[in-house]
Amino acid sequence: MRLANSHTVMGIVILSILLLIWQFLPPALGIPRFIIPTVTDMLTELGRMYRRENLIANTVSTAWYTLLGFAIGSALGAMIGYLLGFSQFWERVLSPYILALQIAPKVAFAPLFIMWFGYNAIPKLLVTVLIVFFPVLVNVLAAMKTVDRDMVNLARAYSMTRWEIFLKVEFPSTLPNLMAGLRIASTLAVIGVTVGELVGGNTGLGFLISYGGGQANAAMVFNAIVLLTLIGIVLYSVLAWAEERLLHYIPKKDH
Amino acid sequence: MALEFRNVSKSFDVPGGKRLTAVEGIDFKVNEGEFVSVVGPSGCGKSTILSMTAGLYQPTTGEVLVSGEVVTKPNPHVGFMLQKDLLLPWRTIIKNVEFGLESRGVGKAERRDRAMAELERCHLAGFENQYPHQLSGGMRQRAALARTLAIDPDIILLDEPFSALDAQTKLLIQNSFAETIQEAGITTLLITHDLSEAVIMSDRVLVLSERPGTVMREIPIDLPDRAHPLRRRQMPEVHQHAGEIFKLLRLDQRAA
Repeated sequence: MRLANSHTVMGIVILSILLLIWQFLPPALGIPRFIIPTVTDMLTELGRMYRRENLIANTVSTAWYTLLGFAIGSALGAMIGYLLGFSQFWERVLSPYILALQIAPKVAFAPLFIMWFGYNAIPKLLVTVLIVFFPVLVNVLAAMKTVDRDMVNLARAYSMTRWEIFLKVEFPSTLPNLMAGLRIASTLAVIGVTVGELVGGNTGLGFLISYGGGQANAAMVFNAIVLLTLIGIVLYSVLAWAEERLLHYIPKKDH
Repeated sequence: MALEFRNVSKSFDVPGGKRLTAVEGIDFKVNEGEFVSVVGPSGCGKSTILSMTAGLYQPTTGEVLVSGEVVTKPNPHVGFMLQKDLLLPWRTIIKNVEFGLESRGVGKAERRDRAMAELERCHLAGFENQYPHQLSGGMRQRAALARTLAIDPDIILLDEPFSALDAQTKLLIQNSFAETIQEAGITTLLITHDLSEAVIMSDRVLVLSERPGTVMREIPIDLPDRAHPLRRRQMPEVHQHAGEIFKLLRLDQRAA
């Protein structure tokens, strides 16, 4: 408990020092406020964005599409990962394509999606789904390949069906990897939505960034970045919490 | 329930387009309630024998019979245990013991009762709600035995279940296994590297040759106290038998 307290105290101290440096160092070095706004400038701008730029609606929109894209992308990634994990044949046949798509920069598809689907929510959702899909798929597939064969044989010897073996042995065995994939995916989901909104949107924090950039309003851009980061942190923390709960049976290393 | 191998051979395709014969012309019988050990040099196909008995795969030629019936698929009357305890780390000990009963249409309450009874028999009462990582290696192996006994098998196949345990734990676990198996009257096939383990635990020892493995010799162990390997260990005959197997396997020559 004392350790936790001293962590919190130290955290607050470091945060205060950072904010103070941000507030006073750039002006002291003569950097203009439209290049690096001070903390108080950003707070003032935040108030203006709340009144004039539909800040709440834009933030909620971005958070919603992050969550939706993350949910669809990781569900598809996990599903295809497990399906390919069942069949060595299809895994071998399809792996070059998976690798190619995994390496291709997914955000570069955004302009294409806009050409195809227009200036609406579909392009940013697609970019997010695509960017989330692969880390989940790859993690699940790798885990399916390393499930203990003897455990599967044990289940077979107990006359379990293919589906029972999946539910009772394979799925729980791959859960740590699935959760790791989801954690990586959660950080990427924010990037997907932001790029979608930057390239062609009229809502969301990504839109506010490109709008603010166009007006040379650095404080607005900084505020949007901070809010995007917060959305990512919330999603990541929920997953980390869920992982802790689900994988409670894995012994923790005490250092 | 008895177990019989009739002129069984098994070969596998190996990378490089070759075929590898693991065992050849294996012919033996284990009578009901008998405890038989199989010893042999590494890679002589001991584990192949076990997998074929469990019905995980079929022989290339010949047949494996359990109670006079040819084994073609996993048999609900055969339980097996490996060197690894194969406990599911995400399940508590009691849920692990219930694992084998879940696909057999046993009701939830009955599953729990049977699992609890086996845990008591294996001296693990009080640990039912622990997770495998909280138990020692010896206790985990006892939990694996409880899981194997829970399905009420007529035959148990043991593939070096004691070899990962430290020397003292091994003696104690051998003793408690032997006692439990004797009481339950279960036919047992033990695969092992440990010659004295084979002698102190069995009614009969089968010595396999190098690959392709075939039964070189059957050595009956006419000693009392099969249920108490710790007592058998004290008997001078044990060393004679182990010495005899040692010579058969030509371990001294291989060392040179």
